[in-house]
Amino acid sequence: MNQNDIVLKNEEKIIFLLRALYAGFGYRQYKMSKFEEYDLYARNKDFLISDNIITFTDTNGKLMALKPDVTLSIVRVTREQAGTVSRVFYDENVYRVSKGSHAYKEILQTGIECIGDIDAYCVSEVLYLAAKSLQTISGHYLLNISHLGIVSGLLDELCLSAEARREAVRLIGEKNLHELTALLEKAGTFGENERATESVKAKSPDGMNLTPGGKLLRILDTTGTPAEVLGTLRECGCDEHSVRELEDLTALLESTDAAGHIVIDFSVINDMNYYNGIVFKGYIEGVPTGILSGGQYDRLLRKMGKRAGAIGFAVYMDFLERFLERDEDHDVDIVLLYGPETEGALLFSAVRQLTGEGLSVSAQKTLPDKLRCKKVMRLGRDGVLESC
Amino acid sequence: MLNVALPKGRLGETVYDMFEKAGYDCPSIREKNRKLLFTNEEKGICYFWVKPSDVAIYVERGAADIGVAGKDILLEYMPEVYELLDMNIGKCMMAVAAPNGYIDRPQRTLRVATKFERIAANYYASVGRDIDIIHLNGSIELAPLLGLSDVIVDIVETGSTLRANNLSVTEKIVDISARFIANKAAYEFKRDEIRSLAAALAEQVKESTK
Repeated sequence: MNQNDIVLKNEEKIIFLLRALYAGFGYRQYKMSKFEEYDLYARNKDFLISDNIITFTDTNGKLMALKPDVTLSIVRVTREQAGTVSRVFYDENVYRVSKGSHAYKEILQTGIECIGDIDAYCVSEVLYLAAKSLQTISGHYLLNISHLGIVSGLLDELCLSAEARREAVRLIGEKNLHELTALLEKAGTFGENERATESVKAKSPDGMNLTPGGKLLRILDTTGTPAEVLGTLRECGCDEHSVRELEDLTALLESTDAAGHIVIDFSVINDMNYYNGIVFKGYIEGVPTGILSGGQYDRLLRKMGKRAGAIGFAVYMDFLERFLERDEDHDVDIVLLYGPETEGALLFSAVRQLTGEGLSVSAQKTLPDKLRCKKVMRLGRDGVLESC
Repeated sequence: MLNVALPKGRLGETVYDMFEKAGYDCPSIREKNRKLLFTNEEKGICYFWVKPSDVAIYVERGAADIGVAGKDILLEYMPEVYELLDMNIGKCMMAVAAPNGYIDRPQRTLRVATKFERIAANYYASVGRDIDIIHLNGSIELAPLLGLSDVIVDIVETGSTLRANNLSVTEKIVDISARFIANKAAYEFKRDEIRSLAAALAEQVKESTK
């Protein structure tokens, strides 16, 4: 066993691997301070997953916050230069309220942000890195991709009230087609002869004739590999530009080792006030929630008065502790027992001799109850080691 | 293998019947014994009974891949799950009820007794009413009778309990029924299995509503 294997916990190893991955693609580490002015978060509250923020007053009277998010800080300090892209990665602790316990939790987050003159290449690079990040953690992973241009395009066509639209977005995220159908029916968005539920199930080839509501239900119902979904999108006559973007992107990803791990899923929906274009979510088998989340967030940059485009993602590392944990059957290799009369120098050299052989040693006068070891040894008065 | 969390009780029995008719039977579940898990290897399905209000937790945390939970529970706890199908059983409504002849006085804070704090809070926020929520765990109907609260927010099935206690529904909040839910990650990795199960159940729902 290599020393690193003993010393580094699994999540720490993953973090190093991810760092190397991101650095290889020209991403530079961004180290941020623990605190940020509260104002930054107050102005962009909706961007944050939870709006509970730990605040305190700094020595100069300014209201500060323990960072609940890294992206906002990175966007704030990024300088724009036409024609260039600034690439950064981070691994930082963020502070959020955990849903179950209603208490603040420290969550380790790793991620990248790509800000500047974003083109199709940048998008595919970030998506590829997202897939590689998942692959680093587990071979059984899926990257679900959606294009908000397509979803919001259809929602725009529906002309829903702000409240109904918010509700529709929530239902899309839940894959809740039955309530979405009811909502669209109530809003009177279906054509006269179109029974929404039927139109979804019938998979009629003439998707072109569907109303926007029918199209929305149809594309939500066709989660699957790019090959399965792209045809439906064309049939439905979805926004041509967005479909082409999605097609090029998935074709590119399918040509790499991420092939077979890409899913098009329109229920991936991040806050549309901030995100636009490609959004995605990553899953690995054995973890009940998504562990990676990201997308293009040009709208956030507009809100912060910047002209550049941006795309990035975060990997939530808090689940890794449980997922990667290997249950060791011992705490140390050897418990070395010594008596009160043992000479300090002898004990010291015996311990050094054992650790020199690559073994972990715990020197004790009596055997501790809860320390599990492979072997117990005793140091005799004459400095001789004997097994017992 | 799909792990299914079924809600204990009468509703759960009906739910299992639908699963069975949809082709996902597991005969051992009908046997009277103390077993907790019921597996049918051949059909690739494993059932277990849990408290109805816990189904969503089992599914959200991935101990169950799929389950059936009441919409009331989903609205109250807002679990991160996919809601794939309205099972159209266990139908009732979430409603506001008050003593017969109750007159609302909007100038006063309304005292609301309920087990469903979030649903009550969201409803009254949507109508812009200031309320004082009194969380109770059972016998909600007692609260207005003893003057503990002005109204209650609770599930109303037939309304007979309300009638027997001189209470009546004043506003309906939302229709409730049992929903088929799935864990988000499980849905990704067992998509075909879950989708075909959902489709088979949808057929059953259609049959029963005919």
